[in-house]
Amino acid sequence: MHSLYRFTLATLGAMLRGSRGYYLWLLFLTAWIALGALAYLHQLQVGLVATNLVDQVPWGAYIANFTYLVGMAAAAVMLVIPAYVYDDHALHNVVVLGELLAVAVLMMCLMFVMVDIGRPDRVWHFVRFNWPSSMLSWDVIVLNGYLALNFGITTYILFTKFKGEEPDRKKYVPFVFVAIVWAFSIHTVTAFLYSGMGARPHWNAAILAPRFLASAFAAGPSLMIIALSIIRDKMGYPVKDEALNRLRQIVAVTMLINLFFFFSEIFTELYSFKHHAASMRYLLFGLKGHTRLVPYIWSAMFLDVFAATVFMTKKLYVHKNVLRAACAAAVLGVWVEKGMGLVIPGFVPSPLGEIVDYTPSFTEFCVSAAIWAAGAFIYTLLLKAGVPIELGTLRLKKAEAAK
Amino acid sequence: MARSTDSPDGANAVMSAGERAEKLVEVRLNEQGSRRTFLRMLGVGAGAAAAASTGCGASAPTTEEFFRQHYKKLTDEDKKRIFARIEGETLAKTGVRTHISDPPPIDGVEFAYALNLSVCNGSRRCVEACARENNLPDDPEIRYIRVMEMEAGSLEFEDATPNYDREKVPEKGKFYLPVQCHQCDNPPCVKACPVGATWKEPDGIVVVDYSWCIGCRFCVVACPYFARRFNFSAPQVAPEKINPNQGYLSNRPRFKGVVEKCTFCLHRTRKGRMPACLEACPTGARKFGNLNDPNSEIRKIIETKRVFVLNEELATLPRFYYFFS
Repeated sequence: MHSLYRFTLATLGAMLRGSRGYYLWLLFLTAWIALGALAYLHQLQVGLVATNLVDQVPWGAYIANFTYLVGMAAAAVMLVIPAYVYDDHALHNVVVLGELLAVAVLMMCLMFVMVDIGRPDRVWHFVRFNWPSSMLSWDVIVLNGYLALNFGITTYILFTKFKGEEPDRKKYVPFVFVAIVWAFSIHTVTAFLYSGMGARPHWNAAILAPRFLASAFAAGPSLMIIALSIIRDKMGYPVKDEALNRLRQIVAVTMLINLFFFFSEIFTELYSFKHHAASMRYLLFGLKGHTRLVPYIWSAMFLDVFAATVFMTKKLYVHKNVLRAACAAAVLGVWVEKGMGLVIPGFVPSPLGEIVDYTPSFTEFCVSAAIWAAGAFIYTLLLKAGVPIELGTLRLKKAEAAK
Repeated sequence: MARSTDSPDGANAVMSAGERAEKLVEVRLNEQGSRRTFLRMLGVGAGAAAAASTGCGASAPTTEEFFRQHYKKLTDEDKKRIFARIEGETLAKTGVRTHISDPPPIDGVEFAYALNLSVCNGSRRCVEACARENNLPDDPEIRYIRVMEMEAGSLEFEDATPNYDREKVPEKGKFYLPVQCHQCDNPPCVKACPVGATWKEPDGIVVVDYSWCIGCRFCVVACPYFARRFNFSAPQVAPEKINPNQGYLSNRPRFKGVVEKCTFCLHRTRKGRMPACLEACPTGARKFGNLNDPNSEIRKIIETKRVFVLNEELATLPRFYYFFS
């Protein structure tokens, strides 16, 4: 008990102490969070009228971000699988960093759901769970379960190392394997939210869950390459080049699979020229003069293709900055393509054939930006405590000696 | 201006930024005491100031409302207390004396609706009658019935529009197809709800417990008939327009952040009356009755006319039939 208390104190202490750059970074994030908090208070007062959502387009920026981030959280397995299943040593010392990222991202997911619902005061109504028939009730279970798993595993590993002991593989590796399966489940269930809707032909396709996983496993490791490079540069953490290269190999394949799935979907919809291809036509070319999504989806596809090209071309990816640009392109491209690029066309045209364009309102923009800032804030704090423990500079003995 | 861009009188479907800003200010002004309500949401001064501002345009829950149980868990005692409280709140806020009842489904009755597309003339009288009967707000505008002007010879909604001029109906080469909740026997909306706030009653009517709905709008997304409406802001009903005859599961006051829909006017129909939309129809296109009664008009129509339902391939099994005579 005593050492747990010390652990809590030491990690909190590590989070609070930092360089001027660290404080400035946190201050920058706090400013965004504050702006978003104000916007959210406004939304609480007036209702979701503060968003640009309407009955025809009842979900927008919040749920699009949520959907995307569930994939980012699931993508932690792209570090875990090579490290634990294939015993890839290059990745061993960065797994915890990936899992901490999953923790931060899951908290963002939960925040995006909270800001989307009309009656946040009634979340306790989940006591009357409509399980198993509602996919949303499944989603609540799997997301919280995945959060608990990742939080538990990382806390156990860091706490044991903090005490100066080696983590006991028998104690945590079984949970790691549960978490691997669980990671697939969170994104599958989130895809099923959409693909289970007979009313929405654009989503009602078996390819959706595989496509979700492929795009997540492209965008997630791309984000991790960026994050790990920054952690190496700023915090002096020994991330091996081999580890980054392994991730690069993974995204080279997953991005191609993602593009292939998307292409298959486009072909099936457009070639048969079915009645329900209207949503796909709206997305790619516009419908009856409504072309709001067209520039976004083509930009996203360009970014995806650019990223895939770099990931596969040695001449390009050996340059650190080109690789990072490709990673950023993958993160952004997938964000557009499976965020708003997937959610909005599901509503256009509406079941009664109406076309209502949607762009997020200023409130939605501020609240969404704030949640992203909050995610970065949480991840920064987690790293600030986690990295020195992994490096061996933050230890129980040292903490007690200091006292 | 319509929130659901539900504009029977031809208003444009997409709002400009200016209009939107104007509307936001309006909403703000209408929402008197919003600061107090917000404090109450945080638990400050709960209870005391609660009663006054709920009622029709309620924006935040009172303590009682916050802890209120799911409809199916309420005892008769609870209901009595709750109904009296809601009536009191409406009276305090609007000066209108209302009466809330909770008529149960009648044994052996299953309701169904049929609509004769050959005679519907698109007058949208049903839309207005429904709005008044069910205390639907004009600001933001919520309407349960959406009348689509269709191209003759086609049931394709992509060529249809709800924004037509009602003064000119019926127009040549068009026909009119009103859509409202189809009270499906296999309702996708009920399946979608994560907290069981909406369900199918024994007489086939799909209802919403407005006090249990968390406002996630998954049901709105799941509905293939665009039948569900969300309260994007606090609904405002002018006192002189309030219908005092209210049902707890149908037209009682609703509030910001919850979903609502057509209930076949269950506060009327479960007491042997016809739905308001049917009574208002000038052409007699609407037919309603008990499916289980072999002598009912609705039964005869379904047996003798060539009826059809919308989106049959989705196997939602609607209780709302269309036919041409």
